[in-house]
Parts: sequence; structure tokens; C-alpha cells
Amino acid sequence: MKARVYVSLKNGVLDPQGKAISHSLHGLGFDEVLDVRQGKTIDLDLADMDRESAEAEVEKMCQQLLANTVIENYSIELLD
Amino acid sequence: MKAAVIVFPGSNCDRDLKVALTQSMGREPTMVWHGDSELPDTDLIAIPGGFSYGDYLRSGAMAANSPIMREVVKKAQGGTPVLAICNGFQVATETGMLPGALLRNARQKFVCRDVDLLITAENERFVGGFEPGEVVRFPVAHHDGNFYADEDKLNELEAEGQIAFKYATVSGDLTDEANPNGSLNNIAGIYNKAGNVLGLMPHPERLISKELGGTDGKRFFDHLVNSIG
Repeated sequence: MKARVYVSLKNGVLDPQGKAISHSLHGLGFDEVLDVRQGKTIDLDLADMDRESAEAEVEKMCQQLLANTVIENYSIELLD
Repeated sequence: MKAAVIVFPGSNCDRDLKVALTQSMGREPTMVWHGDSELPDTDLIAIPGGFSYGDYLRSGAMAANSPIMREVVKKAQGGTPVLAICNGFQVATETGMLPGALLRNARQKFVCRDVDLLITAENERFVGGFEPGEVVRFPVAHHDGNFYADEDKLNELEAEGQIAFKYATVSGDLTDEANPNGSLNNIAGIYNKAGNVLGLMPHPERLISKELGGTDGKRFFDHLVNSIG
């Protein structure tokens, strides 16, 4: 079982890296870019288990370590 | 008085902290390795600056989950004073001992310079050696020092007198220019609700003698040691 976790800054939390990327894209002429928010993906390779337990376990991992819920949102995708 | 300095792989201000504490206490603190699961009998726990675990994932996130930090959190809940400087402040927020989080500096740059700080709240143990409203000078050296908390938490910190230091001009004005990292409300350091945990981004241990450019840090440690006794 493989799982992918997406972590991004919450709305309202300043994202200076996203801002810098946005400025660079404008510099390259991509004027259609209105805003950029960046984040990270974390790929997990898990032992065989059913989807429900995998989801519950990864949820716990996000709460305890992978994301800081004061400033970050996360979402979990299970990949077979 | 006895003190313990926590050392993580990647800590780099642990020895500066040792020098500062030794100078004020007249005896050396115990250096405690991150993998230890027991703290010595101590009257003060100090968490130093640096780049614990290479700042992997988020600054302080790995260190917050190290065996020794479970003990530190327990001692803090029991009332032991904790001084968390720079990376130590990041670690303390990651454990939940202190509210909020330290984000990447707003201008994306590592900032290394002396800053002026307004003593914002009274706390006899930590800042009783300074006059209320006094401006002190400590250096900062960080990339992730931009204090963030949501609006409700920020209002609570202000109302409860939990904001220890704010970045200010030398005359104590809270301007944007005096704020080196974009911290909300110019916040440089905060207390927990009980007032026994202080987290701050600036480094008092780096200004402890005239030869180093100033002695405000020595005043800070001298008072801390006296008040703990």
C-alpha cells in the first residue's frame, strides 16, 4: 500500500516562497498567474493493510508529525 | 542552582549557552543528549539554538519528538522553568509547550544582526532584572523566525500578557523597519500561560561581555539565576 500526503500552508498564513515563485513566473511573462501557494508531498510506502486502517494510520502520522496543524493543512491520498 | 542544556544533533548554540550559564551560575550546567530519556535533577532547562536534525520537515519538528523532549514537556507542565532560544523556541512550539509557529522569514532571507527588543510583559523570573518598558539588545540569527498565530490566539496572547519581547526601535517604537522577519505584532518572544516557559528568537547568550559587543544578555542570565536561586 502506498500513500501520498499533501501538506500546504493554511489560507491566511503568509507564504513567502509562493510569493517569490509568483514574482518569478511574472518575470517570465506568465501574466495569467494570479497567486501561487506552494507545499510539499510526502510519499509513504506502507506494509500491506486494508484501506481503512491505512487511512487511519496516516491520519495519525499527519497529526503527530507530518503536518503542523497550527499553520498547515494536509490531505491524504491512498495509491494502490 | 542547577541547569540542564538539551543538545540535539545540529544544535550549535549549546556551548554558548553553557558559557553564559556558567558565567552567571558559577558552575557548569549539565549537557543532556537528545536520545536520553531521563533529565537530571535541575532547576532550569535550556533548549539551545541551532539546526536540530538539519531542520528537516519543519524547523524543530524532529527534535520535538525526541525522547528527551517528552521529559522536558512533563517537567514544564510540573512548573520547571524552561528557556527556549531560537531553534529551541521552534522546538517548543512544535511540542505544544508554547502556542503559535515560526514561519520562514517574510523577506526569505537569513537574518543575522543585533536587534532592539521592548520588554512587553512582566515576568519576575525571566525579566525582573529589567525595567518594564525597557529596550534591550540581543542578536538574532535565523531563517524561520516569523511568528504566527491565528487572530484569536494572538489577541489572547496580548490580553494575557504572554508576549515577552517585541522587535522595536532603540526608543521602543514598534515599527515595521524594526521587525527583522515579519513576525505578527513584532513578536520576538512569548511565555506559556503559566509563565514558566519562555521562547524567544533572539540570543541573549551571545551578548554576555563587552568584548562581544554588549552585556544585556549577561544581565538577563544574572537575574534569571538569582531569581531561581
